[in-house]
Amino acid sequence: MSEEFGFFLLLLSNGVLIGLMYSLIALGFVLVYKATDAVNFAQGEFVMIAGLVVALAMSAAGAPLWAAIILGLASMVVFGFALERVVLRKLIGRPVIAVVMATIGLASILRGVGPTFFGAGTKSLPLPISDEPFVIGPLFIPPIQLLGAAVSIVFITGFGWFFLWSRKGIAMRAVADNQQVAMAMGINVERYFGLAWAMTGIVSALGGIIWGNLLGVDVNLSLVGFKVFPVVILGGLDSIPGAVVGGLIVGIVENIAAGYIDPYVGGGTKDFVPYVLMILALMIRPYGIFGKRIIERV
Amino acid sequence: MFHRESGVLKTTYEADMALYPLPIARWTVAALAVVFFAVIPLALHQYYLSIANLVWIAVIGALGLNILVGYTGQVSIGHGAFMSVGAYTAANLAIRLGSPWPVNLLAGGLMAALVGAVVGIPSLRIKGLYLAIATLAGQLIIEWTINHVTFISGGVQASIDVPRPRLGSYVLSSQREMYYFLLVFVVLAIVGTLNLVRSRIGRAFIAIRDQDIAAEIIGINIFRYKLLAFAISSFYAGVTGVLYTYYLGIANYEQFQIGVSIDYLAMIIIGGLGSILGSIFGAFFVTLLPIVIRYAMEAFGGLFFDPKTVLNLIPNLRLMLFGALIIFFLIVEPEGLNRLWRNIRNYFRIWPFAY
Repeated sequence: MSEEFGFFLLLLSNGVLIGLMYSLIALGFVLVYKATDAVNFAQGEFVMIAGLVVALAMSAAGAPLWAAIILGLASMVVFGFALERVVLRKLIGRPVIAVVMATIGLASILRGVGPTFFGAGTKSLPLPISDEPFVIGPLFIPPIQLLGAAVSIVFITGFGWFFLWSRKGIAMRAVADNQQVAMAMGINVERYFGLAWAMTGIVSALGGIIWGNLLGVDVNLSLVGFKVFPVVILGGLDSIPGAVVGGLIVGIVENIAAGYIDPYVGGGTKDFVPYVLMILALMIRPYGIFGKRIIERV
Repeated sequence: MFHRESGVLKTTYEADMALYPLPIARWTVAALAVVFFAVIPLALHQYYLSIANLVWIAVIGALGLNILVGYTGQVSIGHGAFMSVGAYTAANLAIRLGSPWPVNLLAGGLMAALVGAVVGIPSLRIKGLYLAIATLAGQLIIEWTINHVTFISGGVQASIDVPRPRLGSYVLSSQREMYYFLLVFVVLAIVGTLNLVRSRIGRAFIAIRDQDIAAEIIGINIFRYKLLAFAISSFYAGVTGVLYTYYLGIANYEQFQIGVSIDYLAMIIIGGLGSILGSIFGAFFVTLLPIVIRYAMEAFGGLFFDPKTVLNLIPNLRLMLFGALIIFFLIVEPEGLNRLWRNIRNYFRIWPFAY
């Protein structure tokens, strides 16, 4: 195997794993959009807050890992329910910009709350796995990325099953499809809105733990949220398999682009290429690879 | 604006559309002109004038964004990027060709209008949320391009020093001179927007916002008017960027990052979507908010926290209050400060003859 090809494989494997970790965060976005037609511009901040809760529970309160994770999940579920009840329910039926701005405002609040109540320094979020990468031929695979990809696959399969087969999932799809008809069929629409935000909370908490371990937990962890938009636009805003495929595409393309272009332009390609991809997707296929084909045109 | 209009009945469309609804309105405007052109610049200290200058710059930008978001109904999260296009165009012209500021101002505005129209092209196929995300992509791509293409950004720091603007041989340098310089453009921007929104173009924008399909059926070329809205809005943004560059004396992409786009969106949400007075109120409010917070924390923060905590708290408090205000206005008063002002005014309008 030539060195050139080994480098390519390294970038590819890295892209696949990182891409699956993007999918996990994008899943949170998709869940909310699918059920409530609301967009969450604060997805990255959700991840950051969850990471902060878990990291602080472990370092300051000295809680064991499992307790910290349960605390993180529980607090994000409560947060999701509360957010839906206090803010988003009031904005149902308002123009798109109202929900967009509300979640942007929320992002701003969370970015202020993080350093104020949890401390500004970067906190580590240790997980009981080794830092030594697995070396297979030319590939270096850090265990945390493997774990992240595994968690991502498990939860995406889980939510996929939930939507397809479970009673609550079917009800949720009904709500997403047509709120009025769902209501007429005796589905408590508002409760399912709350449930969708709580599910986003769970996914964000997991994302916070995985990404927090990888990058360290501070305000900058929320920047991971910027990767959500290319992923969901490529895959389709309301599609769970779309989140996986979009994540894989973004992860692979950005890693390969960064590997080959970065040396010439001095870095930053990773933040740039996904958005170029996204613009192309919006021009050619705005509803994404797996999205519903109902996009309003003028 | 402040006048009362009991017993005034309009009988023609011309009277209803007039810039001055009543003869007395001329006096209100004249009084405001005296306050802003004479009283404030002569009475206030340089430091307060520097704050006023930041407000004026924000007013122009907010008016531009309101034309696009408030009047035409197209969401844009890329206003800051269009400002940077104007800023770097002007800075490069000033450095490379040594051209005078009026040329740079116009060129910056036109370049921003061109880029804005290009970013607006997706609005012909997609709308609402998708458009918001597309303009977000526009913002990030423009930011990256300026930062990484040394031909535009002129070096490692991505910042270019520009000379002070001059009138003839006179160099404008003090805050007071900049105040007058900026205020002229604020007046032009306000009058320009007032006239735009009551013209054929403005009515077409409003029709597109309210019902785009109906607008197309009554013969409005949506393709043209949407791009025009993007271009006009970006022209304002470009001019804002150029003025800010001349005000600071330096063009730096860090002044035009995504946070700025969000600030401007907050201005028009808090001030009032689709309202000129609202844009002005919002620009005042959002520009003054961090300054007021800093003063309040420096004055009273020491009572509750130690000095180091206060210093750390100020920027975070700003973020939290800023976000909370956006959500508050969205839920409680979607029409913003402009609505509050109208409520007060309507109460006094026919006072004391309440019916």
